[in-house]
Amino acid sequence: MHEHLDIQLIAIVTAVACALPGVFLVLRRMTLMSDAISHAILPGIVLAFFLTESLSSPLLILAAAGTGVLTVLFVELLQRTKLVKEDAAIGLTFPALFSIGVILISRFAGNVHLDMDAVLLGELAYAPLNRLQAFGSDLGPVSLYVMGTILVLNLIFILVFYKELKLVTFDASLAAALGFTPTLIHYGLMTLVSVTTVGAFDAVGSILVVALIAGPPATAYLMTDKLSRMLVLSAIIGSVNAVCGYWLASLFDVSIAGAIATMTLFIFGLVFLVVPNRGLIAIARRHARQKWEFAQTMLAIHLFNHEGLPEAAAESAIADLHEHLSWDPVFTTQVVKYALNNRYVSREEAQLVLTEQGRAIAQQALVQ
Amino acid sequence: MENLSTLIHLDYTLMIVGIGAALLGSVSGALGTYAVLRRQSLLGDAISHAALPGIAIAFLLTGSKTPLILVLGAAIAGWLGTLLIMSIVRLTRIKYDSALAIVLSTFFGFGLVLHTLIQRTGNANQAGLDTFLFGQAATILARDVLTIGILGGIALIVMLIFWKELKLLVFDEGFAASIGLPIRALDILLTSLLVIAIVLGLQAVGAVLMSAMLVAPAVAARQWTNRLRLMVFLAACFGALAGVSGTIISSTMSRIPTGPTIVLCATVVVGLSIAFAPNRGLVWNRIRQQRHRHGLKTAADGLLKQSQQRSE
Repeated sequence: MHEHLDIQLIAIVTAVACALPGVFLVLRRMTLMSDAISHAILPGIVLAFFLTESLSSPLLILAAAGTGVLTVLFVELLQRTKLVKEDAAIGLTFPALFSIGVILISRFAGNVHLDMDAVLLGELAYAPLNRLQAFGSDLGPVSLYVMGTILVLNLIFILVFYKELKLVTFDASLAAALGFTPTLIHYGLMTLVSVTTVGAFDAVGSILVVALIAGPPATAYLMTDKLSRMLVLSAIIGSVNAVCGYWLASLFDVSIAGAIATMTLFIFGLVFLVVPNRGLIAIARRHARQKWEFAQTMLAIHLFNHEGLPEAAAESAIADLHEHLSWDPVFTTQVVKYALNNRYVSREEAQLVLTEQGRAIAQQALVQ
Repeated sequence: MENLSTLIHLDYTLMIVGIGAALLGSVSGALGTYAVLRRQSLLGDAISHAALPGIAIAFLLTGSKTPLILVLGAAIAGWLGTLLIMSIVRLTRIKYDSALAIVLSTFFGFGLVLHTLIQRTGNANQAGLDTFLFGQAATILARDVLTIGILGGIALIVMLIFWKELKLLVFDEGFAASIGLPIRALDILLTSLLVIAIVLGLQAVGAVLMSAMLVAPAVAARQWTNRLRLMVFLAACFGALAGVSGTIISSTMSRIPTGPTIVLCATVVVGLSIAFAPNRGLVWNRIRQQRHRHGLKTAADGLLKQSQQRSE
């Protein structure tokens, strides 16, 4: 039971720590940088591992985070030559660095314990086994402390530089003009992303880190327009994904990190479907409503144009309306019914007459 | 005598792997050109990761490990992932990069879940996932080379048939739409061709490194020419070159995996192209700048001398 709690705590802390900087990456269209960083830190991890022979030493995190920042720098240098576009620069840099890492491992790591699967996929189930001991008592899993520290770092950075981050994210040129240095904030953010990625790869591996960084902020982006609300929502969604993913994994006895990623996709899909105003269902409904409203306005304009003229009786006969408007007869009946329900028209024997409201929308539409 | 026969045998295996890598390199290089020109370089990364659940589902449904069935599953999943990316971008305000990242990582995570499910039934060998991630170029057989040749050839022929339309889609989508070309259908066609190239390449270099096989040859080729025809041809050549040289290097040294070596060879080709390609290359640029500076200096000196003579 204790272990359940430990794993969930680690999962939640990792998810929140990833989601917070993820918000800025999603808004700044730099999400793929996290993909690049999470792969490119491999050679850094390998080299530091050869030196320290431990996967959880602080030096390893620093070396790997350094490689992450180097990756960002390298991508930007490539871009600055103007010979390579940003996406291609990312697509060139991280496979090359990753390849170096793989070659280093397979050539020299025969006598050390560095498992490629552990780096790429992580294993949350083993995370609580490595415990922090002090003064002869058990203080809890090491990775909880590592990720907790990273979470606090992220929180402090975002709270202290909230204004600057906001400005740089939404209007980089204004930020530069006002004397904030976008480059400094940019590299600060990238350093945070690198450190967070390195801290998280131990638990969820380098591919699924991307799900934690991109998933919750993108989901939250569908739900709100406010940056502060988006940050809070991302943290909540990340935690929900983590807990649901954990229980899904223990129910079916499958990979925890994989299940968290699956939950991320599921929750994203759910929000994508049902969120008010921006969801798929809302969009479909709006399209349908717009179609009827447009037809209703056309009908009102038609009636308005012939109102009080000699041919009015012929033009507004319900039975012949579809010919005058060149509409399908069934569709015409439906539109008439819709307009009758909205009280834009009223029926007088076999003719359709505009009401005051109906005349108003026809006039308004014609003015526009 | 025995030594000789092992040597010949080894060379035969190496030749098969080399031919396979060359074919893969040229197909992915040629088709990657379009992805790079449309600034969708990382689409390949997404498709290759999104293929994992397809492989797992194909195995769960059929219970067979026939490469063709698994490849079909991978292709369907990769294709669905791309469609999902396209619809997220079209229907929401989420940008291309986030849509790509979400599909890439969550599809892969779902594949991982299915993979652990298969492992639990004890029906699969542990090596399956490693092969998917890093590829196993050394296991390419003559039969696989035939498959790669036929499917890759079909993809290239389709590319040539729709050459004009795809060219228009890449360079002026708005104009293509205005003269009545079915943009969405062409987009899906191009994506399907990419999916074929990627799924074929998974066996050689694996999911993680596949994106480099699409991007690197095309970026290298871009430096040498401004013409699409030449760029596609050069990218195919560079891809083949990287495939062959990577195979040879990794076979001559011990414990050097083939996939990453191929990727590094492709990266070296890019580096050389960026540095030395005529007109665009960095070195060329430097020389031109210096020549301009020199020209300016002599012109200024000449003017100075003229004005001095006039004042005398």
